[in-house]
Amino acid sequence: MSAVLVGLPKRLVTVEVDGQSVRVPEGQTLLEALRGQGVATPTLCYLENLAPVNACRVCVVEVAGQRTLAPACSRPVEEGMVVATDSPRVRHSRKMVLELLASSVDLSLADDEIKGWMATYGVAPERYGPPAPPAAAGERDRRRAGHHEPPDGSVAATVAQPVKIQDDLYVRDYSKCILCYKCVEACGEDAQNTFAIAVAGRGFDARIATEFDVELPDSACVYCGNCVGVCPTGALMPKSEWDLRQSGQWRPDDQQVTETICSFCGVGCPLELTVQDNRIVRVDSPLDHDITRGHLCVKGRFGFEHVQH
Amino acid sequence: MDLHLRDAAPTEAERAAIDGLLEPASADLQPAPGGAHARAQRHLLLPALQAVSDAVGWVSEGALNEICRRLTVPPADAHGVLSFYALLSDRPRPARVAHVCDDLACQTAGAEELAGDLEAQLGPAGVASDDGTATWERSPCLGLCDRAPAVWAQRAGEPDAVAAPALADDVRTLLDGGKPPAPPPASRSVPQADDSAGGDLPMLRRVGRVDPESLDAYRAAGGFEVLRRAVDLGPDGVLRELTDSELAGRGGAAFPTGVKWRAVATAAVRPHYVVANADESEPGTFKDRVVLEQDPFAFIEAMIIAGYTTGSERGYVYLRGEYPLALARLDSAIAQCRDRGLLGADVLGAGFAFDLEVRRGAGAYICGEETALIESIEGKRGEPRNKPPFPTQVGLFGQPTAVNNVETLVAILDVLARGGPEYAARGSPRSSGTKLFCVSGCVARPGLYEVEFGVTVAELLELAGGIADGGELQAILLGGAAGTFLRPEQIDLPLTFEDAREAKQALGSGVVMVFDDRVDLPAMLQRIAAFFRDESCGQCVPCRVGTVRQEESLARLVAGGDPVVEVGLLDELARVMADASICGLGHTAPSALRSAIDQQLVPWGRHDQADGEEAR
Amino acid sequence: MFGAGGGTTSYEEVEQTDLVILWGSNARETHPIFFHHVLQAIHRGARLHVVDPRRTSSAAWADSWLGLEVGSDIALANAVGREILAQGLHNRTFIERATTGFEEYAAAVEPYTLKEAERQTGVPAEQIAELAHTYATADRAVLCWTLGITEHHNAVDNVRALINLALLTGHVGRFGSGLSPLRGQNNVQGGGDMGAIPNKLPGFVDVTDDVERARFETAYGTALPPERGWHLSQMFDAMEQGALRTLYVLGENPADSEADAGHARALLSGLDHLVVQDIFLTRTAELADVVLPAAADWCESEGTVTNSERRVQRLRKALDPPGQARPDLEILADVAARLGHDWRPVTAEGVWDELRSLSRMHGGMSYARLDEHRGLRWPCPDEDHPGTQFLHARLWEQPRQGPPAAFAAVEFVPPLDVVDEDYPLRLTTGRRLDSYNTGVQSGGFASPMRKRRESLLLAPEDGRRLDLADGEVVRVVSRRGHIDAPVAFDRALRPGLAFATLHTASELDTNVLTNDAWDPKSGTAEFKATAIRVEKRGAEQPGRDPLAEPTGGAFGPAPA
Repeated sequence: MSAVLVGLPKRLVTVEVDGQSVRVPEGQTLLEALRGQGVATPTLCYLENLAPVNACRVCVVEVAGQRTLAPACSRPVEEGMVVATDSPRVRHSRKMVLELLASSVDLSLADDEIKGWMATYGVAPERYGPPAPPAAAGERDRRRAGHHEPPDGSVAATVAQPVKIQDDLYVRDYSKCILCYKCVEACGEDAQNTFAIAVAGRGFDARIATEFDVELPDSACVYCGNCVGVCPTGALMPKSEWDLRQSGQWRPDDQQVTETICSFCGVGCPLELTVQDNRIVRVDSPLDHDITRGHLCVKGRFGFEHVQH
Repeated sequence: MDLHLRDAAPTEAERAAIDGLLEPASADLQPAPGGAHARAQRHLLLPALQAVSDAVGWVSEGALNEICRRLTVPPADAHGVLSFYALLSDRPRPARVAHVCDDLACQTAGAEELAGDLEAQLGPAGVASDDGTATWERSPCLGLCDRAPAVWAQRAGEPDAVAAPALADDVRTLLDGGKPPAPPPASRSVPQADDSAGGDLPMLRRVGRVDPESLDAYRAAGGFEVLRRAVDLGPDGVLRELTDSELAGRGGAAFPTGVKWRAVATAAVRPHYVVANADESEPGTFKDRVVLEQDPFAFIEAMIIAGYTTGSERGYVYLRGEYPLALARLDSAIAQCRDRGLLGADVLGAGFAFDLEVRRGAGAYICGEETALIESIEGKRGEPRNKPPFPTQVGLFGQPTAVNNVETLVAILDVLARGGPEYAARGSPRSSGTKLFCVSGCVARPGLYEVEFGVTVAELLELAGGIADGGELQAILLGGAAGTFLRPEQIDLPLTFEDAREAKQALGSGVVMVFDDRVDLPAMLQRIAAFFRDESCGQCVPCRVGTVRQEESLARLVAGGDPVVEVGLLDELARVMADASICGLGHTAPSALRSAIDQQLVPWGRHDQADGEEAR
Repeated sequence: MFGAGGGTTSYEEVEQTDLVILWGSNARETHPIFFHHVLQAIHRGARLHVVDPRRTSSAAWADSWLGLEVGSDIALANAVGREILAQGLHNRTFIERATTGFEEYAAAVEPYTLKEAERQTGVPAEQIAELAHTYATADRAVLCWTLGITEHHNAVDNVRALINLALLTGHVGRFGSGLSPLRGQNNVQGGGDMGAIPNKLPGFVDVTDDVERARFETAYGTALPPERGWHLSQMFDAMEQGALRTLYVLGENPADSEADAGHARALLSGLDHLVVQDIFLTRTAELADVVLPAAADWCESEGTVTNSERRVQRLRKALDPPGQARPDLEILADVAARLGHDWRPVTAEGVWDELRSLSRMHGGMSYARLDEHRGLRWPCPDEDHPGTQFLHARLWEQPRQGPPAAFAAVEFVPPLDVVDEDYPLRLTTGRRLDSYNTGVQSGGFASPMRKRRESLLLAPEDGRRLDLADGEVVRVVSRRGHIDAPVAFDRALRPGLAFATLHTASELDTNVLTNDAWDPKSGTAEFKATAIRVEKRGAEQPGRDPLAEPTGGAFGPAPA
């Protein structure tokens, strides 16, 4: 029998969090340390199974002695750090990040936690003016870096645009995209390494796109659905779920989630089957499972039609 | 990797452009080999896109496919890079594009009149000429503020060209494929060169006096003696002089250069790199362009010293894409240095290797941020990295890297020539040595000036001939679009890091842009807001959406919106951008606007921030 | 391996290793999530070498792709071994302490010079030498294989040839170094572990071991046959000879999946009595006298499966099965009751607890613990045991614990189905990412990647030589049968090599062509090596020139 020691035991460092002195393992991020201490911290672009991109900035905290706020998701703890998670600066930045997103993106399907934070911080997106009308199909994908129409301030620019449905498995509703990069990371180096999608364009016109915005079935996409699995705002959705939502038949209260093992190859990936009315309506994998880290292949995520009856 | 490419072939011209840069495609039509070798080619992506763009004016799907196949880069990823840079186009574009600067300094020199003439003669911006070969566009600052109004023409298949100062006829000549006007004499950019004391300037003394295209001329003027001295001192000796000199970086952040170099020199991980940040894009800044155009060998000498001192065998120069003359002179100077053994496997026969590679920017202000610049060299979108870790720890290709501004590098020659302590004795107590200031706008002699730290704004203005054409001073923008405004009564401010900080001003990269009473200051602020909205990389929310909301709010304000509401909103936006953005672009995007409001330079003045305070 | 059939290593170790060799495995498509772990290793700096006749999507990630002739694996492996020996890169200490048969092995590989191996395998000598050096000098290395090694007439010898390399270098029994056969189906491993192989009882207990067998007989309350049974290929032989007249098939579709399918279908049709228990009315079920509709194990009933890292994990019921379909366990219990043995009521957990009372390596795996640990890797003999991440650490103990690991001198014998003038092309088979085996489960969903009919894939050069256009329907003939199928061109194939999947027999009945000659040691048929010829049929059909440049995709047009 083999006991294996991988790496050395972690040293502990002392950090002050909101006036309380705590000991946390060296090498942890501030977010891990905060969560370990039970300090709730909002996140959007962070996910346990992806490398932090620290793009959304909603998890910022105030580190004493630093000019700017620090993203908790990716800042490692250091001995003697003094951290404030609820200072006026922190509250203001978190509120503004959520408000800026809410004023430009459809957050109606964001999870309850996000909505809770928006309420906590008193987000008021309407003060930026009425939303601008949605862009025509493909218009945002044609925008050029470094050029934009000057605004007159009468409406608030948004990312609203028509939904993209190009196959039977995915729906891409980029009006709901907060550009958290999670889908790009999951399609790319953090999991699938197919790189079918990337961030294209720049600034407010940045968007998630295939090369030259070609339709998904023509792209490199292998339909693993790992982008769908990590999307926090419902911008990416299995078509099975989208269809039910469109017809008003998506009923979370009538759904059960059961963990089982995929029936295909011999890797043994854990699946979380969401079942409603004795039908599978969505398949995911646990983020914290060491076999999949939440990521699946096309068969595991979509190959359930043979048991639908 | 398992690439998936669609059916689209490059044209012969595109293929030829790619062949000129990349390894030939394997004969058996198998895709490029995968593995570590293929992944190590990624850094050639931007040069390959530029090669195609230089040849045919844009990058087609077929050309992108071919580049992706050769470099083993996924096409969506490559397209993400292609669409990030303003000077590249992913759809057909005329072969000749005139980029007409309508940024701050050029606005004071008739940019709108020029744009109006062009619109009358050539049609609206962005619309191709009847024969499809040419168009004109508005452009952010081209770094030619000393010669405003400025135009730079991107010309596929022929050399890019500059006309500055430009008339509509000059632009039409460039768009017809004609020869660009001869550049004005160096003294037009460095007025001090004509002054009697010009030859004594520590950094600019060779400008207008030594042929920038001749290595022999540079050596005859004492060139490469400092490198000899550096080799005599050894890396530790150079670091000691640098530390003694108290030299601070000239790119805007004023970080102690000695500390930075020591961190790289002593890093255990190898290899190390040095990178020159010549992606000068801060509106109002043109100092690096002038130095590279007029004294490229001095810059190379400094880079060699940087390589020697930090233990780097390879250096990169990331040069702004809109600087054709600087590129030509740098390329020529590097070639001459290689021929003479000043670059290569055994520099000066002193037993160390160093070589330099020039990478061109492709139209992204953000790439002036050091980590975005590193990403760009690596062939990626110019998105800044989160810091820490800093480039001295994890920089180019993940290795310890010293990133230095061009001016900083050239200043090091002066440090080593005089010795660190003597260098530190010049300037002010906390700002040692001399500094290059880019004086532009409504002054009689716009140009690049070298003065000791401590000279006041008023003295600098006087050096530049004072306000032109009898105007009254309205305001001075220090530090560029990311900087701050100075009121007329503040012009006795000494130009030092410490005085500026005290006065809540920013020296930044050394921009001193003068606006007289005829300038429409709110319009300038709108130009700045539009600039940041265009140049935000889009990675983080505070900057991506904040710059949009800032521009919208300002538009309402200018149109007569409620100052209490809008100024309050702008203040809230400013705070989240400054506090929570990833990089300096977001941190400083609200700076000038906020400063103008705080200094009551605009009609909406400064109001009590009741809303803002409440939000706390 | 060395007694118990299971991979020695774990997925986590693959991420932490320095070298991954995929030998006869296109894990990128056939084991996508395992390949995620390989990719993480690559991003950490690990090297990847891929040995495969096709330049697969896995090979596209490799630092080195060794495109060997189909079935020449032993020649290649022996040459790698010989080169390691010739360069003195073998691990003498490990060999001495932990192995037997080294001298014989060294003598056996002596003829396999780099030059000779290049002739036999088609792989350039320098690439063989590079693989030998890289493998022998890596600090940690994992060697993985799949059906490219096992679906041959000499499957067991192929595997032994690879194990030899691990023994030679000591790349087994240490964290990050091991051997990993990637299981083709979700419970191949578990089936073997449970004794669903002709010569073993659960826990790899040999049926001929009287003492061990007695434990099972006592527990089961019945006598067990003391001799080994038939494996699948022997069963078909027995059908042919009339010795097997009744067959009960659970969850298999041999009418589509057997090599030389035409022959197999004839034999199945000729049985006295055929019972098929399946979730669908498969082609085999269509031939049956009795069909027992079963629930889908993975989501309509309870149980366990065991994956390629020996991890036992629980299946849980999420759906009610349709109509009369019932869990396999209940059906079996009912059949047993009719036969006079009423075990009812049965529960999956009850059956599992009986199993682990008998199979020592499963002893500690209660359902509660499987839940708690998200599966446990065998051996896990008692409820205090954490399970075993990698096997054979004992070989590194000083002195060695347990029996030594044996080298096996194996000889290269080319595929039995010989390529000659009449059958000049070598056809090999495999899976595609979005499909699985005979398509029973994967055929149901609308994969956007399936863009055209299943086709016979040929090298573009062969297409041009044979004057074929993309999509042209041809007659494909082997020594056993023929089918008509469209062709497509794939740059992943070298001239002389053809490829087909088994996914959609209704479109491409590949197994009509394949060879049912099987490995006497494993019973696996030679699916991977069939000699074929392609005949042009009648009128010209329009299409694109196979060598037209460029064909977009790195691998040419989408294969199907």
